[in-house]
Amino acid sequence: MFTKESIEKIDVENKKWQQVYNKSVAKTPERLTRFSSVSDHPVQNLYTPLDIKDLDYSNDIGFPNQYPFTRGVQPSMYRGRLWTMRMFAGLGSAKDTNKRFHLLVNEGQTGLSTAFDMPTLMGYDTDSPKSVGECGRCGVAIDTLKDMEILFEGLPIDRITTSMTINPPAAVMWAMYIAMAEKRGIRREAIGGTIQNDMLKEFIAQKTFMCPPKPSMRLITDTVEFATKEVPRWNPISISGYHIREAGSTAVQELAFTLADGIAYVEAALERGLAVDSFAPRLSFFFNSHIDFFEEIAKYRAARRMWAKIMSERFKAKDQRSMWLRFHTQTAGCSLTAQQPYNNVIRTSLEALAAVLGGTQSLHTNSLDEVLALPTEEAATIALRTQQIIAEESGVANTIDPLGGSFYIERLTKDMEEEAFEYIKKIDDMGGMVAAIERNYPQLEIADAAYKYQKQIDSKEKTVVGVNKYVTEEEIPVEILQIEAELEEKQIQWTNQVKDTRDNKKVKNALEKLGESAQRDDNLMHPIIDAVKEYATEQEICDVFREVFGVYRDPGVY
Amino acid sequence: MNQKRKIRILVAKPGLDGHDRGARIIARTYRDAGFEVVYSGLHQTPEEVVQAAIQEDVDMIGLSSLAGAHMYLFPRVVELLHEKGADDIVVCGGGIFPEEDIPKLKKAGIKELFTPGTPLDKVVKWVEENVKPRG
Repeated sequence: MFTKESIEKIDVENKKWQQVYNKSVAKTPERLTRFSSVSDHPVQNLYTPLDIKDLDYSNDIGFPNQYPFTRGVQPSMYRGRLWTMRMFAGLGSAKDTNKRFHLLVNEGQTGLSTAFDMPTLMGYDTDSPKSVGECGRCGVAIDTLKDMEILFEGLPIDRITTSMTINPPAAVMWAMYIAMAEKRGIRREAIGGTIQNDMLKEFIAQKTFMCPPKPSMRLITDTVEFATKEVPRWNPISISGYHIREAGSTAVQELAFTLADGIAYVEAALERGLAVDSFAPRLSFFFNSHIDFFEEIAKYRAARRMWAKIMSERFKAKDQRSMWLRFHTQTAGCSLTAQQPYNNVIRTSLEALAAVLGGTQSLHTNSLDEVLALPTEEAATIALRTQQIIAEESGVANTIDPLGGSFYIERLTKDMEEEAFEYIKKIDDMGGMVAAIERNYPQLEIADAAYKYQKQIDSKEKTVVGVNKYVTEEEIPVEILQIEAELEEKQIQWTNQVKDTRDNKKVKNALEKLGESAQRDDNLMHPIIDAVKEYATEQEICDVFREVFGVYRDPGVY
Repeated sequence: MNQKRKIRILVAKPGLDGHDRGARIIARTYRDAGFEVVYSGLHQTPEEVVQAAIQEDVDMIGLSSLAGAHMYLFPRVVELLHEKGADDIVVCGGGIFPEEDIPKLKKAGIKELFTPGTPLDKVVKWVEENVKPRG
């Protein structure tokens, strides 16, 4: 990007300037003994053309919608259409959550995103002994297709897309969504959305489990194949770094492990006999936006460039859309503090801004009270307004990749790419991500990083306002959303009522057929859809998987 | 031979909640502070937690919860310890709890509750001051 002569000149000038700098800090010392990002990546005092002299504009940075997509995947980015404002919501019963969905859509939200309660996430019904005390606590309780019907009642699912954050039983929730749409006369070809369905990062970080890694990969590949053939507007996997980061990883680890998971899913689909360009355009990603502003922006830019290279060079994709890394972002829950909770609005604003400057396709902004409980309506509305202010007041969405070309951002993007590719090589050498997980490799790398960060907070090397600095005695209380105590009992009664009115013989047949398909190599989506249409419960279906495929148990490493 | 037995702690994750960052950091912290640590792993029922505590002959159980089911799970662990005659095992908890739940949990026999932002040395000091090797 620079001529040899200009680099030589800048080099001389830079050396001179560094002397000026050193004199200055000899008088007034630097504020910190060491400057580093929240991930502990060292930060220089100044970045200049010298730091990016080896980059080539066309090959490394390029133009939006052009390989390697560093500056964005769409040609017009936010000048054409803003990112999708997709607030994650789920609480109590299907009816409660339906009410929240209507509120968010009325307030200008442009996509739906469903949070499920713990029993639903783990493939248990509300009446399971494992579910006691959990119903509706951290999301909505779904036991049968009836609940799914209520959840989306009156919502325009033919026009807006729906994301469902669920993993081990993702295929079952998706089957319920398809069946619900079809009951309303909307064909499966017409519905759009995403299921998270990323089990590898569950083993690594979020830890909702059902079956061991290998059968989990089979179930996921079934959904990829089914989406490719029958539900073409659906993203069957949202390859997620979010939870890896929440578990305490560094930004580079988040980047590396997420893309390594992506590689494993692509390999599994290729093994199934699918052509790379038939399914790869429907793979989507999900990243965290943590508090270190520039590091996050560089991470998204590096992610796009790396995925483009991986798809083109490693998997020989030809369709450009296979090389696009499209991603959803959520601001970092783990960066929020219970202390002085109103400060969380500011943290979330900075994180949301980083996601936008990094070119996200959709965004969830956390509510100020999420560190304490599920968000109240007021808190969720402020979080949505944060996005609207960034989008329509701040002006940051008026030009594409406004930080592209920044010496610091470009250097950091390159550093993160190189470090993440090193991790991917290590994982390749272990035999791929499934093998690495079986050795607990990513789990322990993350645990090390999390422990180190906690120590840095305790020693005050890293500041968290209100926690280890600027602490106040008096706390302003915030209103907390309460989940009604009777909910669990009511939900159990309701599901029993559904069970009483369905044709139990047909349910039994459907479950037996599912079991037989599971033992063969059939695609399981068809028998799952058949079973949910008979109002088989989520757990009845998942118990078939647990019986045929076995149950995964947490190795408990720390 | 008056060498004091080390304090033994079970760090446990009852319920379906998978947020184990805190539990694992605490397990490492206790280990580095010189305690003997057993980590239960995820998705334990209160029955499994109590069984492990008795089997491993621990002096304290540290329960971790971040998904809202603490009002059932924590008191249930204390109740089961009582049933098994193991009342002398100290129970404390860490995680996300609404302010008003804390006195209720203490009344139910959870000796102390730690919320996000607690420095690790405070967690260690509390064990040193409140837990003694049993028997």
